[in-house]
Amino acid sequence: MFKGDFIQNLPKIYGTYTGGFIVFIILMALAEQAGVSAKNIGVMFVAFTVLIYALIGYLSRTIQVDAYYVAGRQVPTVFNGMATAADWMSGASFVALAGGVYFGGYTYMAFLVGWTGGYVLVATLMAPYLRKFGCYTVPDFIGTRYGGNAVRAAAVFVLFIASFTYVTAQINATGTIASRALGIPFEAGVWVGLISILICSMLGGMRAVTWTQVAQYIVLIIAYLIPVFWISSNVGGGIFPHLMLGDEVARLGELEQQFGLVKNSAADMKAAGVPGGLKYISGTHSGVPEGGMAVWKYLSLAICMMVGTASLPHILMRYFTTPTVRAARKSVAWSLFFIFLLYSSAPMLATLSKLALMDPNLPTGIIGKSISEVQSIEWVQRWSEVKQVFIADFNGDGILQLNEWFMRGDVVVLATPEVAGLPFVISGLVFAGGMAAAMSTADGLVLAISNALSHDIYYKIINPKAETAKRLLVARVLLVIIGAAGAYIASFRLTSILGSVAWAFDFAMSGLFFPLVLGVWWKRATREGAIAGIIAGIVSGTLYLTWVFPKFSVPVWGGVNDPFLGIDHLRFGLIGAPICLVVMVVVSLMTKEPSPATQKLVDDTRIPTGKAILGKQH
Amino acid sequence: MSNKDAYWNKTKNHMIVTLVLWAFFSLVIFMFGSELNTMSFLGYPLAYYMTAQGSLLAFVIILFWTANKQEKIDEEHGFSEREDD
Repeated sequence: MFKGDFIQNLPKIYGTYTGGFIVFIILMALAEQAGVSAKNIGVMFVAFTVLIYALIGYLSRTIQVDAYYVAGRQVPTVFNGMATAADWMSGASFVALAGGVYFGGYTYMAFLVGWTGGYVLVATLMAPYLRKFGCYTVPDFIGTRYGGNAVRAAAVFVLFIASFTYVTAQINATGTIASRALGIPFEAGVWVGLISILICSMLGGMRAVTWTQVAQYIVLIIAYLIPVFWISSNVGGGIFPHLMLGDEVARLGELEQQFGLVKNSAADMKAAGVPGGLKYISGTHSGVPEGGMAVWKYLSLAICMMVGTASLPHILMRYFTTPTVRAARKSVAWSLFFIFLLYSSAPMLATLSKLALMDPNLPTGIIGKSISEVQSIEWVQRWSEVKQVFIADFNGDGILQLNEWFMRGDVVVLATPEVAGLPFVISGLVFAGGMAAAMSTADGLVLAISNALSHDIYYKIINPKAETAKRLLVARVLLVIIGAAGAYIASFRLTSILGSVAWAFDFAMSGLFFPLVLGVWWKRATREGAIAGIIAGIVSGTLYLTWVFPKFSVPVWGGVNDPFLGIDHLRFGLIGAPICLVVMVVVSLMTKEPSPATQKLVDDTRIPTGKAILGKQH
Repeated sequence: MSNKDAYWNKTKNHMIVTLVLWAFFSLVIFMFGSELNTMSFLGYPLAYYMTAQGSLLAFVIILFWTANKQEKIDEEHGFSEREDD
């Protein structure tokens, strides 16, 4: 199956796979009708899809370096786009994005712009040139362009911090979904998730991850879009929500006025015993907050996410796998197209979900009803038991107000199908989609870390004479160690301490963005400049994070500090990256111009034709 | 000026044009969020529409356009890769 004309057969293979998955959904729907319990359907959905991924991972096993690190550089444009989209859209994108829009409205949607706009930077500044370079990893480019082990090691260090911050959150998400779908404890779910992730990546490296990610994209996009369209027609939003929810958005504005947007005091919420992590609606859905600071908050978040996107190694390395430079460029466009399908649906889902709960004219509406009535609704009971929703009657009138309804963000994606009266088979499908999203991102991240350690640290620095078999063995051992370390940390639920996924973007932009861009676009950039820039960027960014984030600032600096110019802990890359740029430029200009050989290397990187800078099997 | 330099100049200019478009849809329009929101598109307030869907779609279109344009620049200067490369 994976020999000879496998690449030509890809559309057929994945077409069959998609058809098979749809048949499976129909079978599950029939099973539900026949009386199979909701729980068993959830188990079957997750087990079936994970087994398929494991099978693909096994069939893609390899003993070649080129296949292990860059999938043999033969992944066609569109398929690489799908794989990148799965690599990109994490468990957080899948389960939490719509919830973020639900509670945050317009302000939160800076994330949507940031997580898509970054791809324009990837396509124009990075991807085609890195592809031409022929590197295996992102530090491989930096180490070869600037020359020397010190700069290579510094790049690996930044990659490690950024990707590891991200991966624990992903393994955590995999564990959460596995535990809910399979009905096992969270800690066990984390290890089940880890084993699934390793089976998909260990035997075949990048090749296996590529082909499982394509399969995972297909599952996750079906699982996201079917409910959105179905819910929309169920609650009267129209058959094509993306173009037809204008009235619903306006209606939400009216309802917000009618119910009033009230801010609860922290003391009230504490007294009522609202569980941690649950939120209530206190801002407008489509309204734009007034004032220069609000605009700056929006723009600064979008900038951090965009620049961070263009610096994240697990995304950049996907473009090393295309056959040509031209294919790498097109592939970025396809990636964003596939991401767009989900990202543009998240606000629609949030709108529908909010309307379903808020509109008293709809049978699903709960705000404004009596609390005893709401508490007797089946889904409210089920999600209350697991502390995912909560009701606090602050004014004691027995009527549910907008500010008295608390909910975890994930519930928007996980429970809206139920709320809107869709059959359970859809909830099972959503579980499978969430699992696919979390697994595909975790795969890419674990591989990015272990590849950098095995190729850049072990092979390029410690033991350049290592044979192929030994290199690949080291790569696999490291993969297991990194995965296990991530799962171990995730199993302690330390993610609240490790902080937000957004940090990964800020770390990456602080230490990697300018060394990568200037490596291609500025010949005068020197090794000393790059080393100084990477270190200055990551150190200043991290120090600022400890200064501004209360959990760190109290022990480190002895108090809580106000953010400087509104740059809070989600935006610390705005400190790190400019410092990196300035230091890199100043030090480069103070040191000797790069050698003619290095300048020639940059010249060759800039044109698409001709030999790759780093040959096969380097 | 050698062919390589001419190629790189064109590529640079093209990069700048692309980034100007990018900055317009990602940053400039959101500087005027509250003004834009008084207008409407498909029934949505405009700034809401742009952040929920419009800018995202603009990025997709920019990416396909920029890749095609760059391929033309490659061809003009004889740096176009063969399909089977």
